[in-house]
Amino acid sequence: MLTLDNLTISQGEFRLVANLTLATGSRTAVIGPSGAGKSTLLGAIAGFIAPSAGRILWNETEITRTPPGARPLSILFQDQNLFPHLSVAQNIGLGISPALRLSRADHTRIEAALERTGLAGLGARKPAALSGGQQSRVALARALLRAKPLLLLDEPFSALGPALKSEMLSLVAEIAQEQGTTLLMVSHDPDDARALCPQTVPVENGTAHPPQPTDALLDNPPPALRAYLGP
Amino acid sequence: MARGLRQLIPAALSAALLAALVLGTLGAVTIRAGGFGALRGPDLSALWFTVWQAALSAALSCALAVPVARALYRRRFMGRGLLISLLGAPFILPTIAAVMGLIAVFGRRGFVNEALGAVGLPEVTIYGAHGVIAAHVFFNLPLATRMLLHGWQAIPSERFRLAQSLGFGPAQMLRHLEGPMLRRVLPGAALAIFLVCLTSFAIALTLGGGPRATTVELAIYQAFRFDFDMSRAASLALVQVGLCLGALVVSLLVTLPSSSEAGLDRPPVAGLGAGLVLRAQDTLAIAAASAFLLIPIATILMRGIPTLGALPGSVWSAVGTSLWIAGGSTLLTLALALPLALAAPRHRWAEAAAMLPLTASALVMGTGLFLIARPFVNPTSLALPVTLIANAALSLPFAVRILIPEARQLQADYDRLAASLGLTGVARLRLLTLPRLARPLGFAAGLSAAFSMGDLGVITLFSDGETQTLPLALFQLMGSYRLDQAAGAATLLMVLTFALFWACDRIGHHADPR
Amino acid sequence: MRKPLMLAGLVIAATPVVAEDKPQLTVYAPDYFTSEWGPGPKIEEGFEAICNCDLKFVAGDVLPRLLLEGERTEADAVIGLNTDVTARARATGMFAPHGQDTSALSLPIAWEDDTFLPFNWGETAFIYDKTKLENPPASFEDLLNASDDLKIAIQDPRSSISGLALLLWVKGVYGDQAPEAWAKLAPKVLTVTPGWSESYGLFTDGEVDMVLSYTTSPAYHIIAEEDDTKVAAIFPEGHYFMTELVAQLKTTDTPELTQSFMDYILSDGFQSMIATANWSYPAVIKEGFLPEGFAALPRPAKTIFYTEDEAEALRQPALDEWLAAFAN
Repeated sequence: MLTLDNLTISQGEFRLVANLTLATGSRTAVIGPSGAGKSTLLGAIAGFIAPSAGRILWNETEITRTPPGARPLSILFQDQNLFPHLSVAQNIGLGISPALRLSRADHTRIEAALERTGLAGLGARKPAALSGGQQSRVALARALLRAKPLLLLDEPFSALGPALKSEMLSLVAEIAQEQGTTLLMVSHDPDDARALCPQTVPVENGTAHPPQPTDALLDNPPPALRAYLGP
Repeated sequence: MARGLRQLIPAALSAALLAALVLGTLGAVTIRAGGFGALRGPDLSALWFTVWQAALSAALSCALAVPVARALYRRRFMGRGLLISLLGAPFILPTIAAVMGLIAVFGRRGFVNEALGAVGLPEVTIYGAHGVIAAHVFFNLPLATRMLLHGWQAIPSERFRLAQSLGFGPAQMLRHLEGPMLRRVLPGAALAIFLVCLTSFAIALTLGGGPRATTVELAIYQAFRFDFDMSRAASLALVQVGLCLGALVVSLLVTLPSSSEAGLDRPPVAGLGAGLVLRAQDTLAIAAASAFLLIPIATILMRGIPTLGALPGSVWSAVGTSLWIAGGSTLLTLALALPLALAAPRHRWAEAAAMLPLTASALVMGTGLFLIARPFVNPTSLALPVTLIANAALSLPFAVRILIPEARQLQADYDRLAASLGLTGVARLRLLTLPRLARPLGFAAGLSAAFSMGDLGVITLFSDGETQTLPLALFQLMGSYRLDQAAGAATLLMVLTFALFWACDRIGHHADPR
Repeated sequence: MRKPLMLAGLVIAATPVVAEDKPQLTVYAPDYFTSEWGPGPKIEEGFEAICNCDLKFVAGDVLPRLLLEGERTEADAVIGLNTDVTARARATGMFAPHGQDTSALSLPIAWEDDTFLPFNWGETAFIYDKTKLENPPASFEDLLNASDDLKIAIQDPRSSISGLALLLWVKGVYGDQAPEAWAKLAPKVLTVTPGWSESYGLFTDGEVDMVLSYTTSPAYHIIAEEDDTKVAAIFPEGHYFMTELVAQLKTTDTPELTQSFMDYILSDGFQSMIATANWSYPAVIKEGFLPEGFAALPRPAKTIFYTEDEAEALRQPALDEWLAAFAN
């Protein structure tokens, strides 16, 4: 269970407060107007932004001051998810050992992850030799291997076409299901949220509200969210 | 946070070493001298000359670089990439070779005056204050051109297309596109050149014409070696440090672009600079710059190559010594520069520390080190480490300047990813930093090796009288009437310097799989 | 407690024994001295053949280094000092008498200094190429009155010993009229270089018609290059005397060896090779010490020289006059 206990993020004029919990194994969307602080919220949970107050807990353990790499989570960014100078297999291998000290068993696991994400045989390539969708799959394969209990998606598939994007999202959902992963994803598309996430955290006016059922929220949004979603 | 601090240890050590080298040595000299001595009239005129020649050299280099860089940006022709690389050559040319080349072209018996004489025009002279400035422009025009070319390349081509679709003429182009870029890039370029020219020593000496062209560095030398007046030398060194630090503070306020990459050949924006007048203007700019920068180099080559075979054996062993000192100092430069460059985007002090050696007087540094080391060890036994450290320190400001923009980019692109994967310490260095920075590292290594090759070993106080570098052998040949062989040695020095630079730069490109 | 002691013993035992136990003589010398083309290697060979010692030259700035080191210096002797620094060197009180009979010296001036011992000498002179300069000045006065198209290269008196010698030369010839002399000479000075080699390079490249050098310079071209076109202009007003000196330090830890080095300086073995090793006159000239081309060099009728004290007193005023002449 992820708990944000009075978590406060201040950056100059900007201020965001979150007081909420996400159940283990839940799938949650984060929705809100541009600049409301969706990415900032994920950045704070992942450890890139130090909060000015409050705590972040995973189950009973406080991780507010834990370095990003040691938190029980994986995150996929909008871009720059792969190191362009490393091969696909190496990029995935970083999820097992950051120093790339890989055993034979590790290589087998990497092969399996490639297979699982539909990238069989592409391990030796450099990311630049892959399509956008394939690059997303590599990042996902790495998250799969790291097998952290929490997965944060900061719109990693926004550059893909609609078909490819929903294909990737369902792959994410499948993997999350298999591993019992708690999923938290920023979304601009209400349809994605409805399709994938039973519950949604609305972010508006400096507050990340506790999760509400997605359908109910989107059918009857509060005013600020309504303006953002449009008619 | 403790981890963050721990990561800064290499940079802090690097910065401390530089501070000790530059400020600590000045302190040691001052203490030994018993304080600062009063400056004399000639010292003040040296100070004045130093400042105005540096300012004028910087202004001229920048002004001339504008048409050259614009022409190189607008035009595509066979061998353009090679020409851009070659035009960078004077910046790394050993001073002694450069002065020989300039005299061969612009001297009383040089081509230019022979040509003028042939058509009955009065001769021009390169001796005097304007000779010093001409030499500084020769050295620094390449730097300015390179920085401006980058500036042009950084203007998004969409903007040029937009300008074309709006029917902008050259004047509007300058006002709306090139003007803002020049305002951003020129101050940095000018300040960098100003700094390089402030501490110039050897050029002013030979082309200066007379005592009016005396620089502060030369005044320090004279205070030390001829008046044995350490306290005055210390005062002069302090003035020099103060002057450079002042210029540095200003230059840190102005963001400097990278000067690392040779012309990235983006597809040209078609139709830029069309028209006969602009075409003629660009051709003239490229031709004039090429002639000014390349003919002196070609002259040294043509003169020296025939004498290479007749060089005495000891010159070749000096080549060995120089190569290996260059190799060692290059490694040391990179080891000191990389931590500073990586720390610099978040910590201004790291960049400031890296610039410190630009302010230093080599003579004060050598004497200070001697005074510090002397009570503990025989300085002669430190000859090698001191040479390596001094060489590394002197090329470090350039290395760090080259690395910073790329380091900043690296951190912007991959810091979060690396952190989220727990990629830290040696693994991060091996898997991320070194491969991603291979190109600027190669370029920085090339510059450092080139500077080290041309080093005259000002730190003679540590000399054991046996280790002979190529520049020293060159001077000894000159000092014993063997001027033909000296010309050969100068050619050899120049060729080796370019070869080392080129090799390092290539290795960097090769190691970067981009 | 015992372990470190044992380790120390091992370290001592492992230190290599000093080569064959020969005593070492450390001599500070100028940079040019130790190169293969300088006199250093020949002196080292000659002295080591008779001393059963290891002669080690340390090249660099001789006097600045000594001044920095003071009494703790490792130098036993210094070679290559010029007369312009002897006052300063003497004032340190670090030097011991040389113990040689100076009446044996073949100098054009009297030398009675008991501390600094000359090992070579020469005079300042302007060198020209007789195939290129048809009407060379026949006197200093001629030079001053020559057309300003005649271009010469000189050295900076603040960084070069020959440059300083020129100041004293002009002072010796023109005395109080030196400023006027400089005013006439300045327009002919193409450039002032930091050292002798840069000037001489400009001359051999044909950049200047005459260069400030030494009366002995033509000997190099005649003997080493078989080229007799380079000639020293000999002026009846006289030429300024220059010499290089040797001295031993009081603090030497091998006084007898150092003394034997001082004795070696004026010996035939040393003096007979100076002419071609250093392209200057030996301090003691005997039959056969000067090769043919050397012996035939024209000699000035008059030699100008200021004693250490005179030169020290003249230095600053002469320098100020020189600076003033070039100020506009």
